[in-house]
Amino acid sequence: MRTPNAPVAIDARELTRRFGTFTAVNAITFSVQRGEVFGFLGANGAGKTTAMRMLIGLLAPTSGSATVAGLDVERDSEGVRRRIGYMSQRFSLYDDLTVQENIRLFGGLYGLDDHTIRERGDALIERIGLHHARRNLVRRLPLGWRQQLAFSVALLHEPQVLFLDEPTGGVDPITRRQFWELIYDTANTGTTVLVTTHYLDEAEYCDRLTIMVDGAIAAAGSPGAVKSEFGASSLDEVFLRLTRPQVTA
Amino acid sequence: MGRRWAALRGLVVKESRHVLRDRQTLVILLLMPLVQVLLYGYAIRTDVSGIRTVIVDPTPDIATRSLLARFEASDRYDVREVVPTDFAIERGFASGALRQAIVLPTDVERRLGRGEPISVLIVTDGSDPNAGSAMRSYAEAILRRWYSEASTNTLGGARGIRVESRMRYNPTLESANLFVPGLIALVVTIVSAMMTAIAITRETEMGTMEMLLVSPLRPSAIVLGKVLPYAALGLLNVFIVLSAAAAVFHVPVRGSLALLLAECLLYVFTTLAIGIVISTAARTQRTAMLMALGGLLLPTIMLSGFIFPIASMPTPLRVFSNIVPARWFLVIVRGIMLKGAGLGTLWQETLVLLGLTTALLAVGIRRLSVRLD
Repeated sequence: MRTPNAPVAIDARELTRRFGTFTAVNAITFSVQRGEVFGFLGANGAGKTTAMRMLIGLLAPTSGSATVAGLDVERDSEGVRRRIGYMSQRFSLYDDLTVQENIRLFGGLYGLDDHTIRERGDALIERIGLHHARRNLVRRLPLGWRQQLAFSVALLHEPQVLFLDEPTGGVDPITRRQFWELIYDTANTGTTVLVTTHYLDEAEYCDRLTIMVDGAIAAAGSPGAVKSEFGASSLDEVFLRLTRPQVTA
Repeated sequence: MGRRWAALRGLVVKESRHVLRDRQTLVILLLMPLVQVLLYGYAIRTDVSGIRTVIVDPTPDIATRSLLARFEASDRYDVREVVPTDFAIERGFASGALRQAIVLPTDVERRLGRGEPISVLIVTDGSDPNAGSAMRSYAEAILRRWYSEASTNTLGGARGIRVESRMRYNPTLESANLFVPGLIALVVTIVSAMMTAIAITRETEMGTMEMLLVSPLRPSAIVLGKVLPYAALGLLNVFIVLSAAAAVFHVPVRGSLALLLAECLLYVFTTLAIGIVISTAARTQRTAMLMALGGLLLPTIMLSGFIFPIASMPTPLRVFSNIVPARWFLVIVRGIMLKGAGLGTLWQETLVLLGLTTALLAVGIRRLSVRLD
């Protein structure tokens, strides 16, 4: 069922989205290589989430184009959706269903057969250590566990590209650290990860990143390259320098 | 294809679990129709027992005494007086001391003996249409039963009794304005429209809708998977109302039960479609609920002919009532249940309902996918 991965996992060209007169995403162009962990940074309202929603087919671009896993997001949105996984900043499992029921539901939605769902589901439960709680309602699990579960469920159908929209919002530093280990493990299997965050320390973990300001890409490259381009010692400093002009304006 | 179905099945199972796990709501939804039947049956129609009646009998004899005995034996009737002329009954009606008068002809016994037809006039206070129509049918039933026995006792063949009826204060009273059809509409509206609207809005509010939307499922499949369990729940409630009404109040289904259920299913889909439309307009569950209550339940109760006859509405409201689906559904259900009507007479209303449903579904799915877009 898995098609060979394209070398370029995500390719956005002049991707733009306007809401009325407000331009949320302004002609952004970037590409992500297969197996990369790619960070989308920016303040709240900078356009990260809007950009991601266009890539996963939840929002139509006003202009410009993008391909994900080699397929055009507008022309072949069903094909794209089949090849991607998504975890949103809001908790995205059903909390009145049990761990197993959530796994079965999402496996089914992606067209996996019962046997595969059971096999991968068991492996998943084992991996994150939820065996004792597999029949518990999700709402009874601690937040950190729920997020790990949501992450794993998003990977159940072995997507080529994984989109994470502020996956670590509201969890403690230790859990965040564990979460990033999961992200690395995933990238090591060849899955491309695009992650939005506003935690600048997390951005250091990314292979490459872009910083969005007012809907446009203000800086792009590896964390080291971005820092040296701005002559800054930390991404914090880069970020402040990029956002300060509009504060005074 | 098989996988699509499996995915849809998974979605239906999941939605059913939502319904079944929310015990509190489920109990309310299942008890509600029962409580409503009892409430409307007992509380809202209290006036139809203890009917204060006068019998106008110019020439009392054995036959009229047996009629009087029948009225007195019925616990619905409170026979105040037997009077020789209808001279004073007008005042009784005006003051509310009287709610019904039975005006008999002269020489009833002799006419029965000769096999002559007799005509009886029933005068009923129609100021409350529901009670008025009920009182009229009670009196008519007693008269006909009395006549069939009295006449066969004397002659054998029933030559006929002509029962004339006059309504005081409300001559255009609808003939059989029973509450069960309206109740079906009400309950189905609450369950299907309100619950659908809330269930869909809950997913958007919780963020889980996005998870469904980024899956390969099409929006139409998502909608279908979400609404099917509520369709089942809506139909279950139809059964509860019908059984309770039959068991407690002996409300008949004179027409085809299959047709009745088919029409109910159609109406379930109408209300599901309304629920979808509401869910596209409401951002939160609370808004969805208020919209369903104010924008849907009120018209269903007020403008469908359930309580207030459409004929007596001011023109703007009467015109507006045409787009209230319950208005058409009520005509259909009343027709089938009370008049034994078939599709031959109800096809126009059915077509209107079908049209409204299609339009609402089209708008709902369109708006939903635009909003999801």
